[in-house]
Amino acid sequence: MRSLIDILDLTTEEIDELIATAEDIIANPADYADCCRGKKLATLFYEPSTRTRLSFEAAMIELGGSVIGFSEAQSSSAAKGESIADTARTISCYADIIAMRHPKEGAPYVASLNASIPVINAGDGGHNHPTQTLTDLLTIKREKGAFGGITVGLCGDLKFGRTVHSLISAMSRYDGVRFVLISPEELALPSYIKRDVLEKKGIPYKQTSSLEEAMPELDILYMTRVQRERFFNEEDYLRLKDSYILDTKKLEGAKADLCIMHPLPRVNEIAVSVDRDPRACYFKQVLNGKYIRMALIRKLLKEAGTI
Amino acid sequence: MNIDSIRNGIVIDHITKGRGMELYYLLGLDALECSVALIRNVGSSKMGKKDIIKIDADIPVSFDVIGYVDPGITVNIIKDGVIADKKTIAPPETLTNVIKCKNPRCITSVEQELDHVFKLVDRENTVYRCIYCEAKAK
Repeated sequence: MRSLIDILDLTTEEIDELIATAEDIIANPADYADCCRGKKLATLFYEPSTRTRLSFEAAMIELGGSVIGFSEAQSSSAAKGESIADTARTISCYADIIAMRHPKEGAPYVASLNASIPVINAGDGGHNHPTQTLTDLLTIKREKGAFGGITVGLCGDLKFGRTVHSLISAMSRYDGVRFVLISPEELALPSYIKRDVLEKKGIPYKQTSSLEEAMPELDILYMTRVQRERFFNEEDYLRLKDSYILDTKKLEGAKADLCIMHPLPRVNEIAVSVDRDPRACYFKQVLNGKYIRMALIRKLLKEAGTI
Repeated sequence: MNIDSIRNGIVIDHITKGRGMELYYLLGLDALECSVALIRNVGSSKMGKKDIIKIDADIPVSFDVIGYVDPGITVNIIKDGVIADKKTIAPPETLTNVIKCKNPRCITSVEQELDHVFKLVDRENTVYRCIYCEAKAK
């Protein structure tokens, strides 16, 4: 049974196909409005989520299907100590596809080993969140037309940010992409990602701690949050936190067609005043998330022979 | 120092100096009733110094464990006082319940019945990663 646990479970051809389907759904929503009629998505969310859960649910409803599930561990049998394996087997009797979020890394993979229906990883701790990466890829494709020949700036917490790591892994499979890694030294991209992904594939990148300095060359600016708890001391956090807050002043040197992205939720790393800038794409990104999930649910159900 | 030769059993040879004790415990040799000798710092023309384990019984040993701890080890199966079989052990593709994942955020930290499975991701440097959370084996 085909599941999606890690973005690298998909070939670049499959990602391209999903993006093409999502774009077709955007252009012709009526053609897809009934394709999952009578089918059920189970959203098994063991920790709170606004965007991802509702995005999955909206996606299934717009495909004509329906949704069952829970949105916190306390309202599921997990509270009684049921294992992921047993939950996956049980839900397989009720639903046609599962979207699972769990605070523990690898939980959706365990579910996929035991379920008889496809499982989509909707985020497992700080590990994988493949549908966020698909969302990011669809957004970049829609805003820039292609992945080649663009400079992607990744800004903020590049050490712990799972969305950044997955996006680098996924984009590095396409030709012509270049990265600018913008972070304080304390939160720099782990060396194993630089070595095993960027350098191994000969992908050009540069590192800087200055967002203003990097700004003029960027086609994409992917912002992430610099969190207080990631620093060893308060002094360093206070010294650095404002450097990575995007405001209209920092955008002065940016390209006119820059695309500003953020996985959300935002706290204060993008000033609200930036929202009015036409280059702010993070809410378009949210919408794209629903479309790519529609494409993914349809693909997995088709491969399972369910639709 | 004299250790008697064995008639029927196993000699695990060419263990990297200092790793014999780890292998002794991982193979569960401390639980055996038969004679087991762990000889450390044995002179070796090939390795300078090495460790050797001799087990005076024909018991099944996990080649996966041996291959994980120290690839390149030689296992000699002794029958009637002569070497009946000689195996050089390569690192196994997967390790099941040999080592535990130490990542506190891994699902194996809360679901006790799950097998701890590691996959060989880099043969050259013998790097294993947990199949659930992808944490590197330590």
